[in-house]
Amino acid sequence: MAEKQYDWAAIAKNPKFIELHHKKTVFLFGWWIFSSIYYFLLPIGAAYTPGLFKIKIISNINFGYIFALSQFFVSWWLAMYYAKVANRDFDRLTRELVDELK
Amino acid sequence: MKKLFVGLALALSLGSIAFAEAPKAPAAAPAAPAAAAPAATAPATQAAPAAMQAVPAPGAPAAAAPAAKPADDGKLKANPKVTIPIFLIIIGATMAVVVWSAKKTKSAADFYTAGGGITGTQNGWAIAGDYMSAASFLGISGMISLYGYDGFMYSVGWLVAYITVLLIVAEPCRNAGKYTLGDILAFRTEPKPVRAVAALSVVAVSTFYLTAQMVGAGKLMQLLLGIDYKVAVIGVGILMVGYVVFGGMTATTWVQIIKAGLLMSGAGLLSLLVMMKANMNPIQFFNDIAANPKIIDHVKLLPVYMKEVEAGKATAEAGQRFLEPGLFLTNPLDQISLGMALVLGTAGMPHILMRFFTVPTAQAARKSVIVAMFIIGSFYILTTLLGFGAAIHLSPQGIQKVDKGGNMAAMMLAKALGGDISPFLGDLLLAFLCAVAFATILAVVSGLVLAASAAIAHDIYVNVIKDGHADQHEQVFAARTTSFVVGAAGIIIGIAAEKQNVAHLVALAFAVASSGNLPVVVLSLFWRKFNTAGVICGLVVGTIVSIGLVMISPNMTYPNKVADDAKKAYTKLEKEIAEGKVKPEAMEKTMKTIETKKAEEAKNRGGKSIMGLDKPLFTLKNPGIISIPVGFLAAILGALAFPSRRSEEMFDEIYVRQNTGIGMAKAIDH
Repeated sequence: MAEKQYDWAAIAKNPKFIELHHKKTVFLFGWWIFSSIYYFLLPIGAAYTPGLFKIKIISNINFGYIFALSQFFVSWWLAMYYAKVANRDFDRLTRELVDELK
Repeated sequence: MKKLFVGLALALSLGSIAFAEAPKAPAAAPAAPAAAAPAATAPATQAAPAAMQAVPAPGAPAAAAPAAKPADDGKLKANPKVTIPIFLIIIGATMAVVVWSAKKTKSAADFYTAGGGITGTQNGWAIAGDYMSAASFLGISGMISLYGYDGFMYSVGWLVAYITVLLIVAEPCRNAGKYTLGDILAFRTEPKPVRAVAALSVVAVSTFYLTAQMVGAGKLMQLLLGIDYKVAVIGVGILMVGYVVFGGMTATTWVQIIKAGLLMSGAGLLSLLVMMKANMNPIQFFNDIAANPKIIDHVKLLPVYMKEVEAGKATAEAGQRFLEPGLFLTNPLDQISLGMALVLGTAGMPHILMRFFTVPTAQAARKSVIVAMFIIGSFYILTTLLGFGAAIHLSPQGIQKVDKGGNMAAMMLAKALGGDISPFLGDLLLAFLCAVAFATILAVVSGLVLAASAAIAHDIYVNVIKDGHADQHEQVFAARTTSFVVGAAGIIIGIAAEKQNVAHLVALAFAVASSGNLPVVVLSLFWRKFNTAGVICGLVVGTIVSIGLVMISPNMTYPNKVADDAKKAYTKLEKEIAEGKVKPEAMEKTMKTIETKKAEEAKNRGGKSIMGLDKPLFTLKNPGIISIPVGFLAAILGALAFPSRRSEEMFDEIYVRQNTGIGMAKAIDH
């Protein structure tokens, strides 16, 4: 393995890396928690607030159906949003860090 | 128009063997104007008056047209003259891919990761192809056709699961891994024990999933082509072994991409036909569901609904009830438990994790998840249309006559809707859907065989037995031999597990992945103090607890429960007769139903489950809510009980690697 030897502990203390991993942690876990809560509202709501899920919104299409459908769109939106932030911020910071180590 | 009514009469009379209350209405229909049929059946079945009014009354073609040819004698047969050529085309195309990729497969990296040369978009399609199993396609559309809303709710978790994959595991795995789950887990731990245990867990997950797929394959081919179950399983098995052994990851990837394309076109086409029946109007579509007399009859006989009526809690009319939660997933905790297994389990599935090693960079890994999410999400939305469409046009009763679990709903729908245009088109569409399902099975089983054999060959053979000292030739040979053995085992298990429920076995695989694999992957990547003891403890405890809980759960068959349900159903019918609610013309059918149910009770009374239990000890179908916290806890406690300085010191390295990709193991030869 003709791989370059890195001082991993030193990189871990590099301010660029600290900024990167801090930003990433906040974003990733924050939005993961958001998406999990939003998702679990579906089974929890279906089980404990059946009255809400039965409410007819458009003709006989009820709130439960629209809420379940919204899960798809929220997931897609979050995926696109993450791609945007990652391409703009995380990848840039990573590139800067890698350049600095060269 | 006349044809339509013959179809309607046929559908109603055939689909109603078990439950129908008004056979006379459709029989009288041919002479009556279009709207007469639903109107005539409505009073007999106490149909939701509000819902009925919502249907545009005169000439409601979709509501009045449950075309029914496939329900003929409770069997669904594909026309071999159309089906065989389509199958041959697909087999031929995939074989060509195998020949092409076999030439490119020279090193271990080629075999396991296609040399890291798959692009993000290709990988996205392949992930979708790897993930959307026959159980999704057939099982979920079937579940929706029998239990309505709950099937749709069930499908949501399958997409949301990818948020976890996208945010937590995809890029770190690409940055820190090489070929397998074991590579990531063994990074800063003692490699041998960790790899051995990780491989066992991967094999366990793959086996459950693989069994579900093989059973699905066998049943499907048996039902559609009339070939023997064993022959079907062996046939699928041989193809799958062929793809993996000769073509490795390259062939598997392209089989998955082809399959995803076919599946999306099949589902899209069929959904279009369903929506055309509802004049492309979603509101009419939902009105059709709630007003459908067969669906109303079906819901009325579901144990859940019967209980609600007894308790005076049934707030919605039976038809509208089909669009509300709780007909299938009756235990609230079960739904949450299932959700947890999906959201965390997908990210722990070895065949999904493995796909991230095939792309060159973290950016490509990210892109591939996003592409996959759009494909998978669209697919599940289309599945809703297929499921509800099948319920409307074929009736839940008709679907259950062909397959109790509803697995044939989408197939029957293809034949019925195509057949409405012309009988040949019905055959063609059914044949196409069969071929799609066939390709689906092949793609998923190939991915699983590859993941399982990578775990055995790369983790156990090369790294544990040979200490990592194996040249490329030997590694590829080991991988091919293992794939062959794993495939053969898959065939044998598939034959042995003929009578199992497909969808629940998949749920079991997810339970093990979410409680065993995911906790240790996440802790390895993100927790400094994690170490060898933690990995082993987490994997072993998580896996055993989830399997154990499923073995004593309601997923197993408890004959006394079957007997009780049968008794409840006929008691209710007898009560209806006593109260004079059953019309004289429906009496014969009702009596017949009562007799069938009584025979069912007698047959099952006094039996025991596989574990020798009278009733489940654990009341949830999905163990996730218990087994996932237990898995995390075991991993954390194990790590804290046996701290390791080396593992802690190496955390900086894996943490920097997984975040930045610095020093990434190039998938190209080392």
